[in-house]
Amino acid sequence: MGRTFVGMPPFPVAAQAALADTTLRRNLAHATATIRAKRAGVVAEVEDWEDLRVQAAAVKDATLDHLGEHLLTLEASLTARGVRVHWARDAAEACRLVGDIALGHGLEEVVKVKSMTTAEIGLNEALAERGVAAWETDLAELIVQLGEDLPSHILVPAIHRGRAEIREIFRARMAAAGRPAPADLSDEPAELAAAARLHLREKFLRARMAVSGANFAVAESGTLVVVESEGNGRMCLTLPEVLVSVVGIEKVVPTWEDLDLFLRLLPRSSTGERMNPYTSTWSGVTPGDGPQEVHVVLLDNGRTRALAEREGRQVLRCIRCSACLNVCPVYERVGGHAYGSVYPGPIGAILNPLLHGVGSDPATDALPYASTLCGACAQVCPVGIDIPGLLVRERVAVVDAHRRDPRPKAEALAMRAGAWGLGDARRMGLAERASGLVGRLPLGRRMPGGRRGLSWLPFPGSRWTGARDLPAPPRESFRQWWSRTGRDEGHRP
Amino acid sequence: MSAREEVLARVRAALGGADPSPVHVDRAYRARRAVPEGADAVALFAERVADYRASVTRCAAADLERTVAHAVGDARRVLVPEGLGLEVPGALEDTGLDAAALDAVDVVVTRAALGIAETGTIVLTHGPGQGRRAITLVPDHHVCVLEEHQVVPGVVDAVAALDPARPQTWVSGPSATSDIELDRVEGVHGPRRLHVLLVAT
Repeated sequence: MGRTFVGMPPFPVAAQAALADTTLRRNLAHATATIRAKRAGVVAEVEDWEDLRVQAAAVKDATLDHLGEHLLTLEASLTARGVRVHWARDAAEACRLVGDIALGHGLEEVVKVKSMTTAEIGLNEALAERGVAAWETDLAELIVQLGEDLPSHILVPAIHRGRAEIREIFRARMAAAGRPAPADLSDEPAELAAAARLHLREKFLRARMAVSGANFAVAESGTLVVVESEGNGRMCLTLPEVLVSVVGIEKVVPTWEDLDLFLRLLPRSSTGERMNPYTSTWSGVTPGDGPQEVHVVLLDNGRTRALAEREGRQVLRCIRCSACLNVCPVYERVGGHAYGSVYPGPIGAILNPLLHGVGSDPATDALPYASTLCGACAQVCPVGIDIPGLLVRERVAVVDAHRRDPRPKAEALAMRAGAWGLGDARRMGLAERASGLVGRLPLGRRMPGGRRGLSWLPFPGSRWTGARDLPAPPRESFRQWWSRTGRDEGHRP
Repeated sequence: MSAREEVLARVRAALGGADPSPVHVDRAYRARRAVPEGADAVALFAERVADYRASVTRCAAADLERTVAHAVGDARRVLVPEGLGLEVPGALEDTGLDAAALDAVDVVVTRAALGIAETGTIVLTHGPGQGRRAITLVPDHHVCVLEEHQVVPGVVDAVAALDPARPQTWVSGPSATSDIELDRVEGVHGPRRLHVLLVAT
């Protein structure tokens, strides 16, 4: 498929392949239906849920309005607590900083807490190039890493894998990365989890450096927060001597008390639990407890680009819960890979264009179109991001970015032809007569309601009829009917 | 320009010169009770801890040491933090064991800073009686003693009561994952067994 509609190619191509994969569709339908039901149950328990969403959005907006001051406060609090604070303009700079710290300690491996930010900057690949192995310790991330696969969901990156596939990955790949999977490993989830526990435990016990992200960074107290389920996060945040956290600058909240909103909204939106099993908070170095050398890398990587967009700025409220993925009819059918980004689903379809800009990368330009605009995402978003509204705005931005393209798109040509035809009564009459002739041909088949539909057209019309019927044009236009039946017959009020 | 100066300059440029109209945050939610009026927060806490498939045992203060001994069972290597204030037979007090030594511990007994009824969460702040973070992480079985008066109704109350300067671990049930077909499995890397002893006060 070529670049027909403005910015459309990559997602539609990838989506077609994904839709043909019936195993993937079954895995996704089961997983998203399960999580939707869990979320709905625990959200219904909170009577003032809507108010909490509104206030959380307000806290985030107020913070972004004064982001510079809050970042300076955060830096000062972290420094006072013994943290070395680094700043990174982009992904490459952040990766270089983390690599420098690892190599500075002469390390060849680090353990990692699941972190969207480090996935976004491609940290594992960058560290590998410098001879440092980065071991993912979240179960789903481990499945993705061992399978040399790509993540397909923000919360459960291996959501596209079934238990039998996971068993095969563990049996084939664990040995090369460390402790092998037991020979008699079954595909029971409990056994698979136990195999991961044994495989990773030796890594936790010997690890000297960990890399994490953070769900929140409290400016006033210099506190970082990591929300997780398995305990792999706690292992990484507690056992190694050196801890490096890569934190997007939008993760800052002004005060500790602000967490009383987010710690209620996030788990219920994300895993559909009243509270996730483990939440860790730490403010720099605690003597005698946990890592004694603590670094924080404050990352821009396009966030200030999004911040500059008056409407688009609200995307920086996102707390990466993934509720919008789970309710999205498009995501549920095509899965995360088709979006071509570590941020898939509705939030990815606006976050990627806003972080990186549109007009240069066809894959990014396609994302705002990967939606039916049904609005389910906006209803579940715990921080009230108007995702459908921003999708429409980004579509406009994509079209605007391509206005000066030397070769106009077929859609633009069609619109221009339409404008020419509709812009003049005589030309429109001629077009109507032509379409009326087509309507008289005995083509197509009866559609519900009695009208005939054309299910096949020659190229380029085949691009339309490949996926849908085209109603046959009426034999007679309104204007032809008007002149045939006489201008004076109508009843004037 | 350093990265720091450049990122801060970008932030300033993005926000423009004009002061934005202030965003109002309405904190009325803090006054709403997380537990319905008349409901028993302690009972709700016990129920919600159990919902995570953790064990909950309620006991009288006089029976606490007997209940702890029962919870520890015939575990051979028992660890307690400094300042637990309880007699646990055969227990070793933590003196900074390394990770490998902690891995050989069968059960750890600690106290907690508070419990949250709304979510069935216990919060450790890792001071005396609770121990450093690693001792409640590496061993496979955690017995946690909480007194009824330590149970607060909601997350709002917990956040207000806690000091962010201390490291904190919020624990809601045993370690768990839903990463395989979203089928919940208890016990991955943290303690696979969590036993909360709720002491009447």
